[in-house]
Amino acid sequence: MKILVCCGSGLGSSFMIEMNIKNVLKELGVEAEVTHCDLSSAAGNKSDIYVGTRDIATQLVGLGGEVVSLNNMIDKQELKEKITAAVEKVSQG
Amino acid sequence: MLKFILDILSVPAILIGLVSFIGLVVQKKGISDVLKGSIKTVMGVLILGGGAGLAVTALGHFGTMFQYGFGITGVVPHNEAIVGMALETYGTQTALIMAFGMVANVLIARFTPLKFIFLTGHHTLYMACMIGIILTVGGFEGATLVAVGAVILGLVMAVFPAIAHPVMKKISGSDDVAFGHFGTVGYVFAAYVGKLLGNKEQSTEDINFPQGLAFLRDSSLAISLVMLVLFLIVALACGPEYVEKELSGGQNFLVFSILQAITFAGGVYVILAGVRLILAEIVPAFTGIATTLVPNAKPAIDCPVVFPFAPNAVLIGFLSSFVGGVIGMGILLMMGTSMPWLPIILPSVVPHFFCGATAGVFGNATGGLRGCIFGAMAHGLLITFLPILLMPVLGNLGFANTTFSDADFCVVGTILGNVINLIK
Repeated sequence: MKILVCCGSGLGSSFMIEMNIKNVLKELGVEAEVTHCDLSSAAGNKSDIYVGTRDIATQLVGLGGEVVSLNNMIDKQELKEKITAAVEKVSQG
Repeated sequence: MLKFILDILSVPAILIGLVSFIGLVVQKKGISDVLKGSIKTVMGVLILGGGAGLAVTALGHFGTMFQYGFGITGVVPHNEAIVGMALETYGTQTALIMAFGMVANVLIARFTPLKFIFLTGHHTLYMACMIGIILTVGGFEGATLVAVGAVILGLVMAVFPAIAHPVMKKISGSDDVAFGHFGTVGYVFAAYVGKLLGNKEQSTEDINFPQGLAFLRDSSLAISLVMLVLFLIVALACGPEYVEKELSGGQNFLVFSILQAITFAGGVYVILAGVRLILAEIVPAFTGIATTLVPNAKPAIDCPVVFPFAPNAVLIGFLSSFVGGVIGMGILLMMGTSMPWLPIILPSVVPHFFCGATAGVFGNATGGLRGCIFGAMAHGLLITFLPILLMPVLGNLGFANTTFSDADFCVVGTILGNVINLIK
C-alpha cells in the first residue's frame, strides 16, 4: 500500500503529517510506504491513499486513490481515525 | 592526508551528508538505512545545485531584460533561488551553522523558558545559509563564525515561534503546538493591522468565497503563471530586436520569454526536490532527538499548519498580499525616478503565496474578513520594502536578481549585518 501526503511545496507540513502517519501505522501494525510531495508531483505519483489538509484536499480528488482530508493537521486523533478508515477501505477494495 | 580530509569536508554536499550520517548513527539505524539516508542527502545537495543553475539562468535573462527595458534593476525575491546560488560559495558555513544551530535550539528549549523546537527544516537551512553569508561578508571565519552563527540560529529558532505564539493560540485553540515559519514579523504585523482596522464580527469563513482559484495552490503552476506575466511585460518593454539578437539566439522573443518563465518554475521545482532529499533524514532525526531531550517542548510547525483553520483566509490573504506587492512596486517605481540606484522589488509569487496566505489567517484571527484583507495587504507592502534593507549586507549576493523574501530573513539579516558594520 502506498500513501502520499501533499502540501503546497511538499516540504514542511506534508513531511510533518507523514511522520505522524508513520506513527499511526506502527500502532495499527500496518505496512505501507508513506511519502510526501508537492501538488504538482501528486498527479504523477500513483498512490492508494492521498492525504492533504482540507484547504488543498479538493485538488487531490480524481487522482485515482482514496482521499483523506484533514481539518486540523496537528490533531492526532483525527488523523488516526481517518487513516484507519482509509486503510481499511483500501485493503478491502 | 589532512588536506584530503579538509578537501572532503569543504564540499557542502559531503558535509551535509555527514550531518545526516551522524543523525542516523545516533538513532542507531541499521547499516542499510545509514547508507541510504546519507547518499540521498548528498544527492539532494547536488540536485539542488542543478536546479539553482536552471532558475538562476532564467532569472539572469529576466534581470538583463528588465535592466534594458526599464533602465533599473529588478529583483524577484525568492528564497530557493538565492539559497541555491549561495550554497555553492557558502555551503560549508551553512551546513555547520545548521547542524550546531539545531543543537543550540535544543539547549535553549531545555534550559530557558523558551520551550520551542523549530521543526520547519527548509527554513532552518535557509536561515543558516543567510547567517553564514552575512557573517562571512562581515569578516568572520572558522570556528568563531560557526559558533556565533549557531547561537544566533538557535536563538532565532526559539524566539520567533514565541513571538507568533499568542496569535497562534487564538488560531489553533490550543497551547500544544507552536508556529515555526520565518515570516513571523509579517504575520504579527498583519495580526496587528487586522486588529486595528478589522471587525471580528465577520470572519472570512462566514462568506462564500469562490474556490475557483484553488488551483493556484499548486505552486509550480502559480510561479509559472506569474513569471509568465512578468517576463512578457519585460519582453515587450525590450522589443524583439534586442531579445532575439542578444539573448535568445534568434528564437522569437515571446516564445523565448514563455520558455524562460516556465524554466524558472522548473528550476524551483528541482531545487525543492533537492531540499526534500536533504531534509528527509535530518528533520526526523532532529525531531526525535529534540522531543526526547526536551519532553515538554512545543513543536513549531511550518505555516500551512494554520491553513485548514481558515481556507478562505488563505486565498484572500494571498490575493491581498499580492496586491500589496504590486502597490509596493508602484511606490518603488515612483521613488526610483529620484533615486535611480533603488532596486525595484517585484511581486514574487511564492512569498505572497505562502506568507501572504498565512498573514491572511493571522489577520482574520484578530480582525475577521477586513482584518484578513488589510493585514495581508500590509504584509505584502512590508515584504516589498524589507529586502531593500537586506541586500546591502549580503556582499556580492546583494547584487543578484533575487534575494531572501520572507520577513524574518530580512529583519534578522538587516539587524545582524548592520550590527557587524557598527562594531567594525
